[in-house]
Order: sequence, then structure tokens, then C-alpha cells
Amino acid sequence: MAIPVSYIARNLFARRLTTALTAGGMALVVYVFATVLMLAAGLEKTLVSTGRDDNVIVIRRGAQTEVQSGVDRQQAAVIESLPEIAVDAGDVRLVSKEPVVLINLPKRATGKPANVVIRGVTEAGLALRSQVKIVEGRMFRPGTAEVIAGRAIADNFRGAGLGETVRFASRDWTVVGVFDGGRTGFDSEIWGDAEQMLQAFRRNAFSAVIFRLADPSRFDAVKATLEDDPRLTVEAKRETKFYADQSQALANFISYLGTGISIIFSIGAIIGAMITMYASVASRTSEIGTLRALGFSRAAILAAFLGESLLLGLCGGIIGVAAASVMQAFSISTTNFQTFAEIAFSFALTPKIVVVSLVFSLVMGFVGGFLPAARAARLKIVDALRAA
Amino acid sequence: MHFALLVLRNAFRHKLRTLLTILGIVIAIASFGVLRTIVDAWYAGANASSSARLVTRSSVSLVFPLPITYAEKMRQVEGVKSVAWANWFGGVYVSERNFFPQFAISGASYLDMYPEYTLKPEERKAFLADRVGAVAGRKLADKFGWKVGDQIPLRGTIYPGTWNFTLRGIYEGRETATDESQFFFHFDYLNEFIKKKYPRRGDQAGVFIEELKDPEQASPVSLAIDATFRNSLAETLTETEKAFNLGFVAMSEAILLAIQAVSYVVIVIIMAVMANTMAMTARERYGEYATLKALGFRGGFVARLIFAESLGIALAGGALGIALTFPAVKAFSNLVGQILSAFYVTNETIRLQVACALVVGVVAAAVPAWRAARIRIVDGLRAIG
Repeated sequence: MAIPVSYIARNLFARRLTTALTAGGMALVVYVFATVLMLAAGLEKTLVSTGRDDNVIVIRRGAQTEVQSGVDRQQAAVIESLPEIAVDAGDVRLVSKEPVVLINLPKRATGKPANVVIRGVTEAGLALRSQVKIVEGRMFRPGTAEVIAGRAIADNFRGAGLGETVRFASRDWTVVGVFDGGRTGFDSEIWGDAEQMLQAFRRNAFSAVIFRLADPSRFDAVKATLEDDPRLTVEAKRETKFYADQSQALANFISYLGTGISIIFSIGAIIGAMITMYASVASRTSEIGTLRALGFSRAAILAAFLGESLLLGLCGGIIGVAAASVMQAFSISTTNFQTFAEIAFSFALTPKIVVVSLVFSLVMGFVGGFLPAARAARLKIVDALRAA
Repeated sequence: MHFALLVLRNAFRHKLRTLLTILGIVIAIASFGVLRTIVDAWYAGANASSSARLVTRSSVSLVFPLPITYAEKMRQVEGVKSVAWANWFGGVYVSERNFFPQFAISGASYLDMYPEYTLKPEERKAFLADRVGAVAGRKLADKFGWKVGDQIPLRGTIYPGTWNFTLRGIYEGRETATDESQFFFHFDYLNEFIKKKYPRRGDQAGVFIEELKDPEQASPVSLAIDATFRNSLAETLTETEKAFNLGFVAMSEAILLAIQAVSYVVIVIIMAVMANTMAMTARERYGEYATLKALGFRGGFVARLIFAESLGIALAGGALGIALTFPAVKAFSNLVGQILSAFYVTNETIRLQVACALVVGVVAAAVPAWRAARIRIVDGLRAIG
């Protein structure tokens, strides 16, 4: 026969201060754990959703990012003439030759400079990214010194808001529109006319050529065609893979560091639970004796104390996850080491993170409660009754 | 004497509980120290920079190079002693995991400007004489087991192709903070290749470094340098080496702030654990405290007993935690390898660790001590566990 759950719960409630302190410690650990996982998930979500599976990005062989890459006009023309490129309803071939550079802009809040991606695009470039929508102002006019800024850039950088001007490449550029990249990496970019950018930066090579495949399953064939062409020194990647690769190092860094920290912190919380549970067993020795005398088995006692500890862990876990879920309202902006450019992303709470965090809190409760519960179960009835 | 003995006996009445609490504090204080050291390592580059050096880069961003003809004009600026330049190479050694900074440098002028990279005279000579020669830091060479004379292949990401260098010297840092994980080779070798392959991109440097005659003149000289190139095709931005390095740190600021915040979270967690221990301990002993008071001891004495016990446990844990920080930092530095270079525990970290242990001890004892000191003898004697 098992000891009722209400008995277990009331024990926790009877010693409110101790329960609150112990669960509070666990809640903090779970909070840190969940927050870090949310951060890594948010970054991955941002960069993975930046790409589309049927888009192909072509950069110079060996280059890891668009900024490092260079594809000159002759090579770009060869790529542009591929027959596999899709054509949209308006008879526009969906291929975009884009210069991508980094410029320094000061942040609004601190005035400290950070690297911002400037991308030269054409009309097709916009059509290739269906998730990008202009939400304020209008599109830039081709052939002018007008640019549009991503949401995160417009909010966070001086001179990048609607109607303001940013100065780079010895010119002033007016921000005529703000676009929403649908929480993708494009939110952290400034877009202008491709040819204008090439002139302003005095370049004659594009950074990347991006195109839509008419038939997405032909990717491998197209990749082989491009990479075997003796006129080209390029490599082709699916856009999704390209952006996922770029988030790898930062996402790994965040999750390794965070998981390491959480595990070490959890030892502290487990010790807290252990102390609480040992004390709980010690102060209720005679009660345990009574329960045994009433006929509850050792297993029932073990289950009761383990249950108490698990409940303690669960309380901490729920509070921790609840606190972490508030973080969804915030976003973080930092430099991605791989691209050397600023990227904004938010904390993403996925169902998986909720489950993992709660399991983590239960594990803490279990590990912390096991030894004390075993001690309680091993008590001899006579000794326990005499202890009072 | 009796007081100390009483505190000690009290502390070890529940041996298991006290040991667990100490263990918790050890872990908290040690991880606090490791996290602070990680943050410090980020700033190490900036702290190790010399106030006698300026760095000039393109005003647009670091991605844009400057013509090396600028060096001559910079040398003519009043207050500039010497000029060197460097290019970020960004190559990959075997696998992308083995990241370390590589620079193409302007030979002797660059080495002269960094006396903190100490190189044996014969190695320096050998490096300067060899067009494909290279110099690596001690830590870097040890990591990959390089010896002088080894061939080191790098796969270029910005400059395509595989580049082979011959290691001609290994430099050692003059100070602990000096970065020993860099790799240098000749700018001329890189430039020759670029001129052949991309004529338009030849003769260009990523950054210029100027040595000042007088470090006090840093700001007028940097303004004078930028004024020289104003309205040219490639405008410049000159700042002190420290400001330049801090610019990189600022890029990761959000992450650094998070790590710093988290390092205090662990202290709060352990504070909760410790407060719990002290609350339980005091509750069990209310009867004894009342007895002490009945014997004529004052409330202050009882409070001191509790504070002494709490501080004793916290400081014991703190001391062990500080001792454990050093091997933990070492282990961590071996684990992450080259991402961050200079890992060492500063005195400030140790001071903060001691302060945290004290705060934990005091805060944990506050409520129980206050309650015990004010307890009425009758209530205390009546209390059971």
C-alpha cells in the first residue's frame, strides 16, 4: 500500500521556508539551463529560416562566408546563364548577383560600433526572399543612393531608422524603408541597389550569386555542373545549409558553455535538496516509525520520500521554466564569429526545451532525494519509535 | 577559546550536512572564479595592449584594405616613430576546429614594434631571410607540436589555395597576458601572390600600426593621421591599440554580460542552500539557545555563535573553492584551446571570491541569528526540533 500523495505534499508545505529556499535554488538552475537552450534554439531558428531549400548560393571555393567570397563578372555571367534557374510569373529569372560587405555602424544604445552587413540586391533578389516584407516606407529606387534597413538594424543602430541617413563609402545613403525579414538573418542587414554598391565600394566582383531552382531535386546535378566548370572557381550550397553552417560555431559555443554551467550549478542545487531531505528524514524519524508500525512497507517509505524530493524538484522546474518563458520577449544582438557580422536573435521556447528542463529538474530532485529516502527506508521500527 | 570550541563542535554536530554545505560552496566559488576568468580572458587582449601604439584601419570597416603607400605618409606625421602593417589571413590549419589568428606582417618593422614577442636573435634572422618563413607563439606551437623547421600548410579562405610556410621561429610572451597563440608570416609573400592573381587587390594592407614617440600624444597624432587621408578614396580611422582591441570585445558584449550575470546567479543559488542549512540548524537548537540565555548569556552572544558558525562554513568552502579554481581554469583552458588565449586567475577574481563567501556566510546567518537573539526563554525551552 502506498502513502497518499497529499501526505507528501503537505510535508513540503509544513516547512515552507526550507521548501522555498530549496526549490528557489533549483528554479534558478533550471532558469539558467532553459534560457541557454532557448538562446541556442533562437539562433538556429533565425539562421536556418534565413535560407530556402530551393535556393542555391554560389560563393568562391574555399570562402566560408559571403563577405570573404568574390565572384567576378565573367564568372557571375556564366552562373547566371544556367538553364535550371526558375522563372517567376512576371517572366523574371530568379537569379541575383550580390555584393556583400561589412561596415561599422555605432549602436543606438551605447555608441559602440558593430559590423553590419550591407547587401546589394536587385528586384530578383527581393523575389528570392519571399519572407522579406517592407513594413514601413517604401522600396529603394534602383540607381539612387537609397537603402532599406532590416528591422533589427533600424531599431538598434544610429542613422539606420526610417528617414535617417547612414554614411559609408564616402556617400550619404537615405533609409527610405524598413523591412521585416520574418525573424531571419536578413533582419540584421541593410539592402541597397547592387550596381550602386559596386560603384560606391569600387569593386568589380560580386560576393555571391543566389538563384532559385526550377526543380529543387536537380540540386546535385547543378552543383556538379558549376563545380566542374573549368571557367569557375566556385562552390554551390543549398541556402538552408549555408546559413545553418554559419550558425554552428556560435550555437555550439552557447550550448556547450550553457550546458556545462548548468551541470555544475545543478550540483549545488542537488546538495541543497539533499540537505533538506536529510533534515526532513531526521526530524520525522518517529513519524516514519509510526508509519512502519501501521504496516507501510519500506518500499512505501522510500517512495514517499523520493516522491517528496521529486515534487520539490518539479516545483523548482516549473518556476524556472515559467521565469525563462518571460525571456521570449527579449532579443539579443551579438557578433557571429564566423561571419564577423552583427546578428539579432530572440530566445525561442520550444516544447522540447520545456520537457528537457522539467526532466532536468526531476533528475536533480531524484539524485538529491535518493540517499535520504534510502536512509528513511532502512530505519528499524523500534529505533525510529524510540527516537522521539 | 571556549567560544571557538563551541562553534566548532556546533558546526560538526551534523557532519554530513556541514560537509555537503561546504561542498556546495566550494563548487559555487570555484565556478564563479572560472566564469570570471573566462570574461577576463576576453579582455586580456585589450589589457595587454601598449599605450604607445596606434592602429589605423579603413573608416568603412575592417573588411576594406588600405593602400600600403599610406605607410610613407604616416611616417611623416608629427609624433610617429615608426609604421608597420599587417593583413588578416584567415586560413584553416587541417580542420576548421583548429582556429588561430594568422597575420601577414611587414617583416622587421612589425617585429620591432612588438618587443613583448620575444624571439631568439638567430630565429628572427632566419625568419626575415626566408620568404616563406613564419613565426608562431609558444602556446600555439606546443598545441600542434610544431618545431622550428616544420612545414605548416594553411588553406586560404580569403586568399584561395593551399599555402605552405616553414616555421622559422617560436616567440615567447614577455608578460603573462601576452598572446602566445598567433602566427605571423611575410606580407611580401602574400602580396606577390595577390598581385599575380588579382592585380587590383595588390599592395593593400588590412591595418597599419604606428608607434608613438610619446604615448601622451595619442589623440592629436591619431587625428592628424586621419586628417591626412580625409576625402581620399580610402579614408582611415585611427585609434589606440587598446580601443581597437576593445572594439572586438564589445562585439561579444551581450554574451559577456550574460556570463557575468550567470556567475552571480550561482552565488545566489548557494546562498539559498546555505541559508536553508543555517535556518534548519538554528531551528533545531532553539532549546539550547534558550538554555544559554537562562544561564545568563545575552542575545548578542547567541547571535555571534550563529554568525561564527555560518561564516566558518562559508569561508572554509570559499578557501577550498579558490584553491580549486586554479586547476579548474587550467582544465578549461586545455578544453577550449585556441579560442581564447590568456587564461589566468587575477587577484581581483580572488578578492571577489572571498567577498562572495563572506556575503553568503553573513546573509545565511542573518535571519536565524536575529530570531535566536530575540527568542524568549520560555518559548525556546518549550520548542522541540
